[in-house]
Amino acid sequence: MKFVDEFRDAELGRAVAGEILSLVEPGRHYKLMEVCGGHTHSIYKYGIDDLLPANVELVHGPGCPVCVIPMGRVDDGIAVAHQAGVIFTCFGDMMRVPGSDGSLLDAKAAGADIRMVYSPLDALRIAKQNPDREVVFFAIGFETTAPSTALTLKRARAETVPNFSVMCSHVTIVPPVRALLESPDLRLDGFIGPGHVSTVVGARPFQFIPADYGKPVVIAGFEPLDILQAIEMILRQLADGRCEVENQYKRVVPFEGNLRALEVMAEVFELRPHFEWRGLGFISHSGLKLSDAYADLDAEARFSVPGVRVADPKACQCGEVLKGVIKPWECKVFGTACTPERPIGTCMVSSEGACAAYYNFGRFAREREVV
Amino acid sequence: MSDPAVLSEREQKILGIIETARGKRAKFRDERITMAHGAGGKATQSLIEGLLAPAFASETLDELADAATISAAGSRLALTTDSYVVKPMRFPGGSIGELAVNGTVNDLAVSGARPLALSLSLILEEGLSAEDLRAEVEAIAHAARAAGVEIVTGDTKVVERGHADGMYVCTTGVGVRDRRANLSPRALRPGDRILLSGSIGEHGTAIMLARNEFELDAEIESDTRPLWPVVDALLDAVGPELRCLRDATRGGVASVLNELARASSVAMIVREAEVPVRPDVAGAAEILGIDPMYVANEGKLVAFVAGGAAERALGALRAVPGCEAAAEIGEVRTEPPGLVLVETSFGGKRVMDQLVGDPLPRIC
Repeated sequence: MKFVDEFRDAELGRAVAGEILSLVEPGRHYKLMEVCGGHTHSIYKYGIDDLLPANVELVHGPGCPVCVIPMGRVDDGIAVAHQAGVIFTCFGDMMRVPGSDGSLLDAKAAGADIRMVYSPLDALRIAKQNPDREVVFFAIGFETTAPSTALTLKRARAETVPNFSVMCSHVTIVPPVRALLESPDLRLDGFIGPGHVSTVVGARPFQFIPADYGKPVVIAGFEPLDILQAIEMILRQLADGRCEVENQYKRVVPFEGNLRALEVMAEVFELRPHFEWRGLGFISHSGLKLSDAYADLDAEARFSVPGVRVADPKACQCGEVLKGVIKPWECKVFGTACTPERPIGTCMVSSEGACAAYYNFGRFAREREVV
Repeated sequence: MSDPAVLSEREQKILGIIETARGKRAKFRDERITMAHGAGGKATQSLIEGLLAPAFASETLDELADAATISAAGSRLALTTDSYVVKPMRFPGGSIGELAVNGTVNDLAVSGARPLALSLSLILEEGLSAEDLRAEVEAIAHAARAAGVEIVTGDTKVVERGHADGMYVCTTGVGVRDRRANLSPRALRPGDRILLSGSIGEHGTAIMLARNEFELDAEIESDTRPLWPVVDALLDAVGPELRCLRDATRGGVASVLNELARASSVAMIVREAEVPVRPDVAGAAEILGIDPMYVANEGKLVAFVAGGAAERALGALRAVPGCEAAAEIGEVRTEPPGLVLVETSFGGKRVMDQLVGDPLPRIC
């Protein structure tokens, strides 16, 4: 595939891996967090950490948009999906995320009409095809997917589709990263910045990380060479004693972001005072809801939802795992109460979460050489 | 940080718990059947190993082979059954009728049995057009002739509108075990090679595209075909050195490899760069966020052969029309038992896990 294969070239990969090796200070342990779930996926898919010396450790961050949705929100979604006449639509991988009593997949099996869509526009199309049904789109994701939800809402308004509404669980990227950085026990040396989110928000919002917290950030693409190069750039900053936001993904990410997308988002959404994250608790100004102008398309206003907060189980230590304070096996419930088949916390929900990965591949995942 | 090679006591203990949990027979604990139970991954396994196999307590069934062996009156017969519920009924490269023949004769073939005869059950939905039915009956007849089997008995039922997607088809197949074949899912040994009879992912991708949910245009056809000629060629070339065969249907090649790694308590290493995938299939899978290794095939088999016989087996495969793209994709190893590892084209390694549920596309 043109414009893809070039970024998967094994020979170039080995060359960058060589550069990385030359930048690593012997005996020093580096912890780098990839914020975005898409990066985590690529790292597993291509076995990228296999090309790194063992003292360069990648910590999987809070950027998996389905895993961070708390149980109470999933329960609310399921409650809406079960209401008479409702067609409930959502992205595929959201369907497996457990609420307090099963997932959307379970609700589908129990009779709810739940359909997977690739885009919110597909949900709008379903609404137009089924004028006698209420069609709800369960909107999740960071600034990456929020503009397409916003655009769909604008179109629903323009085309007057009265049976369409959105249950908004969009989140923003900066607050959770700041929350992580605020914790006194954090042990991270640098960040691989989220490429997809940055196509929308740009590089500017991440400047607080080097400015306020003294950690380098490199915004990266999603092909294996992108990620390796970003790691190389972070290590070079550390070796040079520099600390700034660099953009490895210049072919897609403009420094200022996508101004039109940001404009549409500003029109359709407003910040919630606080939003709960699975494993991380409440974070101020981290979630989006529909603005007053679009309140009539808000599914939460149209349908009664339980809105009951389901606390993360007390024993779950996802927060500490995410911060790199503890390893998965040091969590009190890991492997006993919390398993990939019955996950408790966000790190076990996604197959690429730190805990699920360790559960499945544990012993094997630790066979790397220390430099 | 502590040396990663030295495991702490806590970690040792946890790894022990995981090993124990993994070694246990899968339990069926779900409250309801979900689509995941039909996807061929862990949920399917829990349904079969946790509910069905224990209920019927049959040693033959417990082998969970593609076809069962029954010894009667001095001959060894193979028996298998399958249901076909594919939507849409017709898709590029085939239709439900063809699939119902090929799928069942292939389960016999990869068990080392020459297919003899099929039964045919049709569950028809009220309102199905006679034209559609006639077309499928013809497809069944044509596929049976091509596969060299007779349809010798059958049944028809009609259900009310809305209770079947046009038609469902069930076929049961009987075959005769070939004397050259000595195949078992437990027969894999370190050093064995893993061969694929051709490029993968075509059937599942063709179906996904035929459902028209993605507005993607690509001329990808299902690979549905009978596999006995392929098996016959392999048995001729390497007979006793052939350890095991599987057709990589639901759950794809990844599921076959995982199942056999567990059954034989061996590890496998797959070299991703050697796995044949057509560029259009790779492109569609990339866009849909799905790994071709997990996508269904209806005319491809995975063969495990002794290391010394790999070249002969590959030569025999490639000489079969339609198998020119056959390839050796990896080998069987000792450690870590039960795991399938992939050497990625990029030079890294990862574990190719069993599917947990339906392959759901990722949002990011």
